[in-house]
Amino acid sequence: MDRPLTQNIKPDLSPVTLDDYRRAGGYEGLAKALKEMAPADVIGAVKDSGLRGRGGAGFPTGVKWSLVPQGESAEQKYVVVNADEMEPGTFKDRLLMEADPHQLIEGVVIAAYAVQADTAYIFLRGEYHLSASRLEQALGEARSAAYLGKNILGSDFDLEIHLHTSAGRYICGEETALLNSLEGKRAIPRAKPPFPQISGLWGRPTVVNNVETFCNVPHIIRNGVDWYRGLGRGEDAGTKLFGASGRVKKPGLWELPMGTPIRVLIEECAGGMQEGYTLRGFLPGGASTDFLLPEHLDLPMDFDAMMKAGSRLGTGTMIVLDDQTCPVRMVLNLERFFAQESCGWCTPCRDGLPWVVELLEGLLAGRGRPEDLDQLEQLARLMGPGNTFCALAPGAAEPLQSALKYFRADFERYLKPASTARVA
Amino acid sequence: MAKITVDGQTYDVKAGDNLLKTCLSLRLDLPYFCWHPALGSVGACRQCAVVQYKDESDAQGRLVMACMTPVTEGLRVSLEAPQAREFRAGVIEFLMTNHPHDCPVCEEGGECHLQDMTVMTGHTFRRYRGLKRTHRNQYLGPFINHEMNRCIACYRCVRVYRDYAGGKDLDVFASRNNVYFGRFEDGVLENEFSGNLVEVCPTGVFTDRTFSQHYVRKWDLQHAPSICVHCGVGCNTSPGERYGTLRRIVNRYNGEVNGYFLCDRGRFGYGFVNSERRIRQPMLRGEPVSGETALAHFQGLLGGHTIGIGSPRASLEVNFALRELVGAEHFYAGFAQGEASLAAAILDVLRHWPVHNPSLREVEQADAVLILGEDVANTAPRVALALRQAVRNRAFERADRLKIPRWQDAAVREAAQGEKSPLFVVAPNATRLDDIAEAICRGTPEDIARLGLAIANRIDASAPAVADLSQEDEHLAELIGDTLTAAAHPLIVSGTGCGSLSVVRAAANIALALSNRREGRAVDLCYVVPECNTLGLAMMDERSVKDAFAAAKTRDLNTVIVLENDLYRRADAGAVDSFFNGTRHVVVIDHIRHGTAAKAQLLLPGSTFAETEGTLVSLEGRAQRFYSVMPGSGEIRDSWRWLADAAAKRWSNIDALTAACAAALPEFGPIRNAAPPAGFRVEGEKVPREPHRYSGRTAMFANREIHEPKPPDDPDSALAFSMEGASVDVPPALLPFVWAPGWNSHQQAVNKFQDEVGGALRGGDPGVRLFESPETAEPRWFDEVPYRLRDEARWRAIPLYHVFGSEELSALSPPLAERVPAAYAALHPEDAERLGVGETLAVRLNERVVRLPLRLESSLPRGAVGISAGLAGLFRSDLPAWIAIEKEGERP
Ligand SMILES: Cc1cc2nc3c(=O)[nH]c(=O)nc-3n(C[C@H](O)[C@H](O)[C@H](O)COP(=O)(O)O)c2cc1C
Ligand code: SF4
Ligand code: SF4
Ligand code: SF4
Ligand code: FES
Repeated sequence: MDRPLTQNIKPDLSPVTLDDYRRAGGYEGLAKALKEMAPADVIGAVKDSGLRGRGGAGFPTGVKWSLVPQGESAEQKYVVVNADEMEPGTFKDRLLMEADPHQLIEGVVIAAYAVQADTAYIFLRGEYHLSASRLEQALGEARSAAYLGKNILGSDFDLEIHLHTSAGRYICGEETALLNSLEGKRAIPRAKPPFPQISGLWGRPTVVNNVETFCNVPHIIRNGVDWYRGLGRGEDAGTKLFGASGRVKKPGLWELPMGTPIRVLIEECAGGMQEGYTLRGFLPGGASTDFLLPEHLDLPMDFDAMMKAGSRLGTGTMIVLDDQTCPVRMVLNLERFFAQESCGWCTPCRDGLPWVVELLEGLLAGRGRPEDLDQLEQLARLMGPGNTFCALAPGAAEPLQSALKYFRADFERYLKPASTARVA
Repeated sequence: MAKITVDGQTYDVKAGDNLLKTCLSLRLDLPYFCWHPALGSVGACRQCAVVQYKDESDAQGRLVMACMTPVTEGLRVSLEAPQAREFRAGVIEFLMTNHPHDCPVCEEGGECHLQDMTVMTGHTFRRYRGLKRTHRNQYLGPFINHEMNRCIACYRCVRVYRDYAGGKDLDVFASRNNVYFGRFEDGVLENEFSGNLVEVCPTGVFTDRTFSQHYVRKWDLQHAPSICVHCGVGCNTSPGERYGTLRRIVNRYNGEVNGYFLCDRGRFGYGFVNSERRIRQPMLRGEPVSGETALAHFQGLLGGHTIGIGSPRASLEVNFALRELVGAEHFYAGFAQGEASLAAAILDVLRHWPVHNPSLREVEQADAVLILGEDVANTAPRVALALRQAVRNRAFERADRLKIPRWQDAAVREAAQGEKSPLFVVAPNATRLDDIAEAICRGTPEDIARLGLAIANRIDASAPAVADLSQEDEHLAELIGDTLTAAAHPLIVSGTGCGSLSVVRAAANIALALSNRREGRAVDLCYVVPECNTLGLAMMDERSVKDAFAAAKTRDLNTVIVLENDLYRRADAGAVDSFFNGTRHVVVIDHIRHGTAAKAQLLLPGSTFAETEGTLVSLEGRAQRFYSVMPGSGEIRDSWRWLADAAAKRWSNIDALTAACAAALPEFGPIRNAAPPAGFRVEGEKVPREPHRYSGRTAMFANREIHEPKPPDDPDSALAFSMEGASVDVPPALLPFVWAPGWNSHQQAVNKFQDEVGGALRGGDPGVRLFESPETAEPRWFDEVPYRLRDEARWRAIPLYHVFGSEELSALSPPLAERVPAAYAALHPEDAERLGVGETLAVRLNERVVRLPLRLESSLPRGAVGISAGLAGLFRSDLPAWIAIEKEGERP
């Protein structure tokens, strides 16, 4: 089975050196793109490959790139790597940056060539110190080896990549808040439209993609579209990093074909539940996705299939709920995070999330009232997609609304007199 | 146009606007917070949600924010859909989780947009059981209160203060539900448009601190349509009165003039009306006398040689009444000598040159601006605010190219980054528009005029050339000249600020040169004049106080009548003193005590703008009517009535006087139409100055008299000192306040009074323009090129202006006085070093030696001494001037 994204990663997770990377075919994709392909061909290939964004929303990457204005009169353009990875339960980009930084760099250079940008930024989560030092190291190597800088590989294409470490807000991962933050402004999302491809960083056309999305690109160019499409097991193309955390035997991260059934991830890769625990449900794609239940274990991990089941593939990193963890407390824990991380721009999120926290805390403290559950449902609905300015609040609403749907009895238990309430 | 369906009704509306604005223009009630017609949309509050349907068969629809939704053909939406109503009520409920429930003690109460929207959405019951978050309030200076707990985080304050007005010291801090709107630390809000926070903030966070001193509810205030008297711009205001004191000033929307905004001088400068320095009683040789006695005495003084000195801060009518009393040849406009010639020169250009004197709305359309010799932010603040919007036109063009709607505010600003339409500032010193300037040039008035003439010559070679221009200036002349030539809507802003005829004329040459390049089409030229009726008075008479003094010398002068004018601001004290000494009788009619009033043998209490009506001509040449908000108390009379009563000629009311003025001086013909006459009625009724909810009417004077007093008559206007009368279909010029059912906050209620939200008032924006570009203009170039000044022995004294302090009346307002700097002289640091001067500077000004604290001002040209104009007895009267700096040690 091909594992292009992690094929070079060493068991001890020490960084793949430039030499190792090259030996494994690294930077061949870049050479091919620069020498044999016009920018539009690269975009075409990425489009045809069926690559969908790995940052959570699954937007087709090639389509995103093709919206960037091209041609002689085109102005300054940028490519930005979203390496903020602050979604609770998500730790996939970190592996890719720490263990194989050149793969990301190659992906970025190819992307920049495709959209004809001459400047790129990596917006890195502030706490990822190791990623930062390994990326700096790799960027230096790439620069000396003419994969970056002026006239890359003898072509007339130039690119500089700057590493920027975030000051640490979850909202900075939202691509437009990220751009504001990168410009030194408050990390507040922007209205879309205009999309960043039209008016992005400093008001100029910009492509923002997730780390993992970029990491797919060198392989697509080097091995071709058909090869890439063939990697997937279901509807979606390629492979992806999938993770599992919670009370599974072996929490971790694995590269699996898109469309792999969830059961494979939880039962085979993660070794199933720890002794004495049973699976009650899971958030399939990080903290801001809806709970699914054991009955969903045979679903393929594809964007559309998960959507149909009422959740989202998100970042593909599962948080597993066992039978001895209280879902109400788990949701409260998540909602505290989201309330804390709300940027404060729009009302339903800024003032709705603290209210959710207040109600859940009240519930746990025995102050709950029966109507509170309906109200939590209403709050989740009011924070739904389109109702808020960005996707943070709808994401926050997902675990809440699905927990209310699937685990309502757990909520109701707290409404009983305190003495009989189970306190997990 | 687009056909849209709203709740099953179809409407033909303008395509491309945002749906919220369209709905409001259709007079539909849709609640909103973060959107503002002048600030555009940002989609933050989520209050304006409606349901949008894909097509006829779509029954589900989806929630969208109206303010972020462009109006397109076939758009189908519902405001009433349960989903939309539930969401909007939910948003209010969210906002209320942290909002105090104490409207009765909040100063916003009764005119609060948050109250209105809460009622509109139907949210009445509090479900939230948690604690409310609390904030610390800040001291923000004498104008603005801060009560952060009332904040609903709509972000309007930072948008108006920073983005719209260019302020720097107000910002949003922190995040989540802890966002904080304030300064980085306690301190005076610096920006001169801070008062707009009071109106733009939809809650009681920012309120008028001067109003707090004598607070009453909006519904208990008596209002009138008025005009700001504190500069030449003519912003429309709505003053509020209770119990005979003026309580506050709020903006009165005029789409062509001030729109939604006032400057702080205009808003907070009203205190002089209530001042201890008011003249309330006729005084004969220092002793109070009755009105009858005073009038009889006045009549007795009118025999013999009598002259009248008018005033540029008084209405056309009062000036005209004085002119009628003494006869045209004995009437002197009462300008300082320099002012008179500047005003005359400006009038000549406006009357005869191919120029268009733009309204502020038109100023905002300019795509290239040259400011020639005017510190606009200090001399005509509201114009500076308009110029700030003009430089955004290039941003809008970029937005158009990117298909970003112009109203999508944050996106337009982001796309444009710092890109601005060109604006050039040529001024004697640093100005508060420098931050948006493409290039800045500083020099003495002569340098400025030379550069101006060179620009004209660059645009049209037939304009007089300027010899021995520095290379730097030559480049600048090319850059500015070429930019103006290339622009579609170039605008020249100049004025009397430099006190230099050459500057005024150079600006005219530039306009003419541009006009020549544009097949004679009129070019936008805005001259800033200092006072609220400078232009109007100059149209009536162009003579200065010096001319009056000269006349007094030639003939034995029996009586001089000085009208609403402190001559010590117009001429050197020595000259004024000797004039008064040589005059047998001095009669002064004014509302405020000053040096001239102190010289009066007979002092007659006149009325401020708040107690009388009249017409003022703004720098736009717009004649605008203001109305009394209260009757003058005690012996205070309309200034014109003192004159009318003394004269053989009597006018039955102000309309008769206005008509007489219009008849005598044909140029004033249109002023009769500036507002409806006193006889005007709406369905037989007068327009009440008091709102429908005015309380205590029957009892407010019960401590003196238990019977309700009869309201005072008002023979001078179609307004009544009453709460009864017409409340709908009131013509805009007569609107004392704006208030609409469900819309109590006037900044929002005005939506209901406009043709289209943000557009003209229904019935037309008030005022009549007196200058339209002449059909056949035949101007001749001004060709007197001033010399390059390099005089080591003498110093060029130039006036430096202060928005707070340089104007006479506002500086008497206590809160504003707190912001007035001490008088000073300023030098370039290198000049100061060369002279070896330190803390103070002794200058010989008009035969007087004054010692002033020295400010080092590196933006001043070398060889210039900046004199703070109008501060503490330092009047601008005849600056610029050559002066001497006294040697250290030579004590004055
Ligand atoms: C609150 C919030 C946080 C996000 N955080 C991240 C993040 O840390 N990393 C990321 O790649 N995308 C994140 N996203 C998604 C980005 O907005 C964006 O969709 C993504 O970077 C696009 O890249 P892709 O097309 O390659 O997936 C976040 C979105 C939201 C609403
Ligand atoms: S949903 Fe609104 S408040 Fe929340 S993070 Fe997004 S923009 Fe900010
Ligand atoms: S202070 Fe007023 S204007 Fe500013 S965000 Fe709060 S409510 Fe809005
Ligand atoms: S002082 Fe001038 S700019 Fe300010 S409000 Fe009055 S008229 Fe307007
Ligand atoms: S007014 Fe539309 S979102 Fe605030």
